[in-house]
Amino acid sequence: MIALLTRDLRLAVRAGGGFGLGLAFFLIVVVLVPFGVGPETALLGTIAPGILWLGALLACLLSLDRIFALDWEDGSLDLLATAPLPMEAVVSVKALAHWLTTGLPLVLATPLFALLLSLPGAGYGPLVLSLLLGTPALSVIGTFGAALTVGIKRGGLLLSLLVLPLYVPTLIFGAEMARRGAEGLDTTTPLLMLAGISCGTIALLPFASAAVLRVNLR
Amino acid sequence: MTVHVSDLTVTRGGVAVLEGLSFALRPGEAVVLRGPNGIGKTTLLRTVAGLQPARAGRVEAPPESMVYAGHADGLKATLTVSENLTFWARVFGQGAIGPALDAFELCPLADRQAGALSAGQKRRLGLARLLVTGRPVWLLDEPTVSLDVDAVALFADAVRAHLAGGGSALMATHIDLGLAEARVLDVAAFRAAAPDAEDFDEVFL
Repeated sequence: MIALLTRDLRLAVRAGGGFGLGLAFFLIVVVLVPFGVGPETALLGTIAPGILWLGALLACLLSLDRIFALDWEDGSLDLLATAPLPMEAVVSVKALAHWLTTGLPLVLATPLFALLLSLPGAGYGPLVLSLLLGTPALSVIGTFGAALTVGIKRGGLLLSLLVLPLYVPTLIFGAEMARRGAEGLDTTTPLLMLAGISCGTIALLPFASAAVLRVNLR
Repeated sequence: MTVHVSDLTVTRGGVAVLEGLSFALRPGEAVVLRGPNGIGKTTLLRTVAGLQPARAGRVEAPPESMVYAGHADGLKATLTVSENLTFWARVFGQGAIGPALDAFELCPLADRQAGALSAGQKRRLGLARLLVTGRPVWLLDEPTVSLDVDAVALFADAVRAHLAGGGSALMATHIDLGLAEARVLDVAAFRAAAPDAEDFDEVFL
């Protein structure tokens, strides 16, 4: 499992794509928003949590189709399926690698990007915490979507259509937590809900993804 | 480590292609699958490997005994030759990759990126992967595609050494490897009857 994780991380670093693309996309979204809604600090501060969450979510979506597509094209997925690793482990490791190369850099870069949207000072902690809790769920749900669409030519759009509705609960509670934090309100309820969603998806979805992948490999 | 295949029916795209197939693959034995294109050799190999379910019949093999090598080699273009091999060795819980590199004369290329290899070199790397898995039963689908004469000889030597060590191999290939111990199984004899109307509906459902 560690071998697979290190290989995926190494591939992400060598092929570019992984780290850079998502972050650059996130940055561009954040920079474009003030052009769209005007430079008013108060307005920007109000919408910042939602915009940052949406940006992170879309940046996450960008790299999803690479999770299995590359391994499927070069035949490694067939070989992994016959390897001693259980498929559930393969799927979990893939999701973890996706989070480490996409979700984690987004979380780390968010405080900087929040500055560009003049997020109120109290909001930084809850925003970063909400992304830290929520992005693993995005990766795991996305892995499920990628498993569903593996082998389909130009499956990227279909993948987005399948995955975005599944992202709704994470987005609602994540953005709500960040918003409450920015307004100085209590964030316990959305925090617990968000943590619950993440734990639930991490625990259950790998089994679904593995089952779907086995069917798709036939 | 004997693989027993009994009364197997395999399907491709919902249509049965081979039926009533039975054979045994014993340690030290190689079985070469022969038959025209589209007869179902790849489908049979994938079914034996457990990548797809059989419609009928059974494949009995000791757990974790088989390794499958298909048309694609499963190489990562941005990893070097030795990194590619090391990855598979670690996945299969094995150690050294040196003997595998030697067997397919890949040592001079060990630090080259797999993406920079020629088709034949890639295939040799794909075949070297079999050696690092340490699995006794090899399932090979057209292993000699894009190999030159020398590389085919290397491959034949590797198969011979594998058989001598108590391994076995089931392969679909059209060329003669010069393996005296190989048994030829012509799968054309097991071609499935044309699908009846009921089966035909299922394809579209």
